[in-house]
Amino acid sequence: MPLLEVENLGQRFGGLVALDHVSFQVNEGTIKAIIGPNGAGKTTLFNLVSGIFPPTAGRVRFNGTVTTGLKPYQIAALGVARTFQNVSLFLHMTVLENIMVGRHTRTRHGVVSCALRGPGQRREERALRESARDQLEEVALGDKAGQPAGSLSFGQRRMVELARALATEPKLLLLDEPASGLNLKETDDLAGRIRQIRDRGVTVLLVEHDMSLVMDISDDILALHFGTSIAEGPPAQIQNDPKVIAVYLGEHRHAASS
Amino acid sequence: MKSPSLPTVAGIAVGVVLLQLGVSAAGKTYYLTQLTMAVYFAIVVMGLALLMGYAGQVSLGHGAFFALGGYTSAFLTTHNFAAHKSAAWVQPLQQAGVLISRQNLYDGSDLLTVTPWAAFVVALVAALLVATVIGYPSLRLKGHYLAMATLGFGLIIYRILLGTPQLGAADGITGVPAWSMGFGLTLSGKSALRVQNYYLAWGVALAVLALLTNLVHSRIGRALRAIHDHETAANAMGVNTARLKLQAFVISAVLAAAAGSFLTHFNGSIGPSEAGALKSVRYVALVAAGGMANLPGALIVSTLLNYLSLRDWFGTYDSAVFGVILIAIVSLAPEGPLKPIGLWIRARARTLVGRKEAPHAAA
Repeated sequence: MPLLEVENLGQRFGGLVALDHVSFQVNEGTIKAIIGPNGAGKTTLFNLVSGIFPPTAGRVRFNGTVTTGLKPYQIAALGVARTFQNVSLFLHMTVLENIMVGRHTRTRHGVVSCALRGPGQRREERALRESARDQLEEVALGDKAGQPAGSLSFGQRRMVELARALATEPKLLLLDEPASGLNLKETDDLAGRIRQIRDRGVTVLLVEHDMSLVMDISDDILALHFGTSIAEGPPAQIQNDPKVIAVYLGEHRHAASS
Repeated sequence: MKSPSLPTVAGIAVGVVLLQLGVSAAGKTYYLTQLTMAVYFAIVVMGLALLMGYAGQVSLGHGAFFALGGYTSAFLTTHNFAAHKSAAWVQPLQQAGVLISRQNLYDGSDLLTVTPWAAFVVALVAALLVATVIGYPSLRLKGHYLAMATLGFGLIIYRILLGTPQLGAADGITGVPAWSMGFGLTLSGKSALRVQNYYLAWGVALAVLALLTNLVHSRIGRALRAIHDHETAANAMGVNTARLKLQAFVISAVLAAAAGSFLTHFNGSIGPSEAGALKSVRYVALVAAGGMANLPGALIVSTLLNYLSLRDWFGTYDSAVFGVILIAIVSLAPEGPLKPIGLWIRARARTLVGRKEAPHAAA
């Protein structure tokens, strides 16, 4: 059953067509990757799905609800979480506080009750702190809880950002180039972690340039080129798709064989 | 889990009592009058610290919100509704405690005015509505649109106050009555009530400090700081950024109006200069001087500097001094003067301890 349905999605920036009537589906419980050269429209697609800006054409349906035109916070509340290509942590807040912000939609108390600090609010705050701590333990950064996020290494920041996204309890997780800037060992860990996330029932849609990672973990791949979809299918099929080879993998293979 | 505000509030309360005892023992209780005024101004600064230090938004119109509260209280508690005495709506409002009849102190004629409590509520509601109208469009956008909108708002309010004879034009409104609050408390500038009013002002200020401290240590405070750090990411994490920024702005505007209302009853008068751009910039300077995202810092630094200003320490350079403070803080100590001073003291303490330990290390 498709969890995410993207129908004829299009985005123009002035005269530039960033995305031209792209349609695809992501089935529940799978890992789907979007590949394509720089400028293919991958990040634009992510921004449309997560509501950072509205599309100029087409629509997105998540879990049966049309999300086109909704604000990012509304889409997040429905169960779509994302990470950013250039890791976007709240650098002046502690690591634990970053993850606690991820629990925002799962907590309820408003301005008045937070100012008055009644027993209900204190209970919620305690539970929130504990669950954020658990989330942090899962990415093995429990000892960094009290440090400012700005003091972490790049790889650690990526992990905190992932934990923050998971703290929202998403049904769909969007990962924008999760392996960029990671070393081989960290990329390996990441692959295992993404599989683990999928096995726990979270559907994953990722944009990634690291082909070995993509071929390794994806159930399904969509290839974009200049804003249009050129191929879609399982890794084995994409690897042998002549169009994909021509625009993308072809250069790679050529470079590898020479 | 104890309230995060408790130790700070208790510490300041002790200082407040010691200060009063010292000032009274020295026979200088008249100092308390200016201290009381400075504390009311500090309430404006704490509210603005929530908006600037946490939500990362700047208001250049908080003087106007202060004036909005002060003028609403002043006008409603001094305007004579006696001409409508026989109207049908007067009696129920009198019974509800909204209107009160009293005698004019000068000529003994009948006065029918709004009670201070009712005027206070109207002042807060007015600030809430005005702040919502100004904040709603400008806070839906990213960037410093609020600063522009509030700057314009402040200039408009200032000109309206200056040009409206019913509000006393350049003279403002005088003869604002004392406010009998019940529980034996009277908000008034009478010298016999100095000590009581000193504690009343601090009581209000510390209550505001406690509530705001609780707020910034909750999911709301974290969401505000997240907006300040990375608005797009905060939104993608499920934070309704436009709504939260608006809430912080409205809270700070309502606090400014409340302070304006209190201080107007304390002084017995208010003038249009309270709404001036220089006053609004002074509040911004005081938030910076307090350390931006530092509520107790805002309260203490603002009370001290406004007290010195009211004691006329800065003479004719009063406004210039606050301008210099703002420039100096922003360029030399963007986190406020308290943090570098604290770090310096800690470093000094460490070198002193280090010197003592040095012989041991050598031995």
